[in-house]
Amino acid sequence: MKMLKPVAVPLIAVGLALGIGAIILAVSGANPIEAYGALIDGSLSSQKTVGRTLEKATPLIMGGLAVAFAFRAGLFNIGGQGQLVVGGIFSAAVGFGFEGLPWIIHAPMALAIGALAGAAWGSIAGILKATRGAHEVITTIMLNFVALNLTDWLASNPWKDEGILSRTPAVEESALIPLWGSFPTGFLVAVAASIGCWYLLERTNLGFEIRSVGLNGDAARYVGISVQRIVIATMAISGLLAGAGGAIETQGVIGRYEPGFNAGLGFNGITIALLARNHPLGVIPAALLIGAMEAGGSMMQFNADVAPEITDIIEALMLLFVATPIVVRWFFSRQEVAEVSVTAGWGSS
Amino acid sequence: MGVAESPALEVQGVTKRFGDVLANEDVGLRVERGRIHALLGENGAGKSTLVNIIFGLYQADTGEVRRNGEVLNLNGPRDAIAHQIGMVHQHFQLVPVLSVAENVVLGDEPTRHGVVDLDRAAAVVRELSERFGLDIDPKSIVEDLPIGIQQRVEILRALYREVDILILDEPTAVLTPQETNHLLNVLRGLADTGVAVVFITHKLREVMAVADEITVMRRGRVVGHTVPADTDESDLASMMVGRPVELRLKRTPASPGDEMLTIADLVVDDDRQTRALNGINLDIRAGEVVGVAGVEGNGQRELVEAVTGLRGVVSGSIILDGEEITGRSPRQISTMGVAHIPEDREKFGLIGAHTVADNMVLNRYHHRPYSRHGIRRPAAVDDEATRLVEEFDVRPPNIAAMVATLSGGNKQKVVAAREFSHDSKVMVAAQPTRGIDIGNIEFIHRRLIEYRDAGMAILLVSAELDEVLGVSDRVAVIYGGRIVSCEPAEGIDRDRVGRLMLSGADG
Repeated sequence: MKMLKPVAVPLIAVGLALGIGAIILAVSGANPIEAYGALIDGSLSSQKTVGRTLEKATPLIMGGLAVAFAFRAGLFNIGGQGQLVVGGIFSAAVGFGFEGLPWIIHAPMALAIGALAGAAWGSIAGILKATRGAHEVITTIMLNFVALNLTDWLASNPWKDEGILSRTPAVEESALIPLWGSFPTGFLVAVAASIGCWYLLERTNLGFEIRSVGLNGDAARYVGISVQRIVIATMAISGLLAGAGGAIETQGVIGRYEPGFNAGLGFNGITIALLARNHPLGVIPAALLIGAMEAGGSMMQFNADVAPEITDIIEALMLLFVATPIVVRWFFSRQEVAEVSVTAGWGSS
Repeated sequence: MGVAESPALEVQGVTKRFGDVLANEDVGLRVERGRIHALLGENGAGKSTLVNIIFGLYQADTGEVRRNGEVLNLNGPRDAIAHQIGMVHQHFQLVPVLSVAENVVLGDEPTRHGVVDLDRAAAVVRELSERFGLDIDPKSIVEDLPIGIQQRVEILRALYREVDILILDEPTAVLTPQETNHLLNVLRGLADTGVAVVFITHKLREVMAVADEITVMRRGRVVGHTVPADTDESDLASMMVGRPVELRLKRTPASPGDEMLTIADLVVDDDRQTRALNGINLDIRAGEVVGVAGVEGNGQRELVEAVTGLRGVVSGSIILDGEEITGRSPRQISTMGVAHIPEDREKFGLIGAHTVADNMVLNRYHHRPYSRHGIRRPAAVDDEATRLVEEFDVRPPNIAAMVATLSGGNKQKVVAAREFSHDSKVMVAAQPTRGIDIGNIEFIHRRLIEYRDAGMAILLVSAELDEVLGVSDRVAVIYGGRIVSCEPAEGIDRDRVGRLMLSGADG
């Protein structure tokens, strides 16, 4: 029971959200069974649809990891979107800027540069917090706007493709992260990143320091951990993850950088991290769930004549229930639920 | 039995269970009018549960509370006050920005034409204050008042509601010796007017000084009832702990060696950039305990933080065994040999959501064998934690338990185990026994002396004068950011130290 509780809360939230979603479907005149059938059909029925689900889940894993990782240090990184687009455009630049490189060098290099660009972007907020005490929620939100406009400008000026559209040229074939049959290779990178984050947090000194700062920054400082250093490092790693997500999207899905192609991907990271209760491995199933809904949403529109926005409503409901422990607590009737403090890091320090 | 003979308050057979914990078991208590009844017991003995039941905050599972012979059925503090039962909590329930008079009448304001009549409130408060010798100006703003006076405001608030049973939960925990004496006099005065006073404490000296009756609790049960004439401090301590306790720390005279920590002309600012230390000089030798006595807020915290590197220094120097440590980082200073038991263990000493094992190595997780090349080695951490848990008798002896689940005394043992176990030259111990049980206090004090005898230099900072006097070899008094006296503890005059703490001058 004790072990099950952390899993139980998100599961109940998902169940409740789907249940209420069914009611909304019914009220709007659709057949909920048919609609959910189409959702599953569009996301899990064939190799191709499963591939699409994995493809959708990949940037969600990276964005979710970025938020969850920062949360472990008590930091709320709202800047995933900005870090993601910066990572995306820099990986595109490396992707179209070099010719004749072998795949084994070009693709990892583009991915690495994109990730590092995201890390640099994330660490700005970290440095501002560590040296000036500026709250990361404010600075990352502001940096999102800066990033969006910066990348728009890059894509319509120095790095603009020929033609009228504001977008970068297509990346070289050697920079693409290919499909393997219908299986997106980028998904493996995302899973590896999840495992890497788990290992870093649970098994290394840096991870121990990050968790210590997140749980009790005062005590961490008293035993000699440099809280400033940890804040900067955490924001850099968080940005690295989001930036890598943008790079994978560029190299594995879009093939270039186009402003607006990935609107909201970074923000979905918050949803994923909440569903995963900030556990780096929990991010994978959470992203798969949301990925499946996104992949199946269009099928639901075709087959059941349901507006695809219904999936957004269901996602929003899940978030609501995960973030509202009282609803879930009611489900445990009067039994005590382990503190469902998903926002433990908010405003700390 | 006639009503006239019933006690003001009688508790019979009260049992209260929280989950698996039996907080009160078949508890009985008789509180008489005009008497001071001390309720004595260690943390977790069930004193607070009992008075919370009396005050209506908890409902007893079984048993009853009688008021003047009638069974009470209280559903909250409001009911309790309606039955003239008042309570002064350990954490004051005052509105800091309001005046004394406003705080006192809050919730029961005198009105005139529907508007709060503050003049009348002030007059009533002044009259009460004079009658009971509380010496409070009703117009002062509460946040400007010292803790001791704030407590009197709490008492006034109860008196304003004409309580005739007043319960005080550990009222002296936050007071200086002088404030404590004043409080005890006030309580005596209240009792003389017929109020029944229930006084929760674990300080034996106060019980012996002021109580008319003593009830001792241990593990949820009443284990004894006595009067001061029939008992003494060591009897009471044994009753509380359930085994014989040494109240007077057995210690041999110190044999001080070389100077280990030398603080010279140290000037330090507090968080608001105002001077907290105005040129402190203090030296501690190997094998000696120097105790710093003082009312809290006179620079003790800044002194401790400066020595441990947590706070920058404006001027002056701190020398550890011949090496300047001023301006170094906390980690460098710790590595050079300064151990630190911080004053607030929950906030600064421990990470509650980490395991006991992780907390045991919090100051050295990055050294071998606890990690190698940045990778943690849980087996080595667990071995060390298992050894320390045994050596320091941490209960329960479960290194995988979250520290937050331990009792206060056991939490402090974890901090002490961690800090004593690394090879340090100097130990800075701030309030090392605050809020922990007699048994654990005895344990920590014995450790301090053991390490002193092994050659450690110990800087003990405590608001508990008895602790400073009992453990230290030399006693320094800090007042207004200066050391106003520093002399051997042997034969020191307790009252004189108290006056120095309060005014910085001896007279």
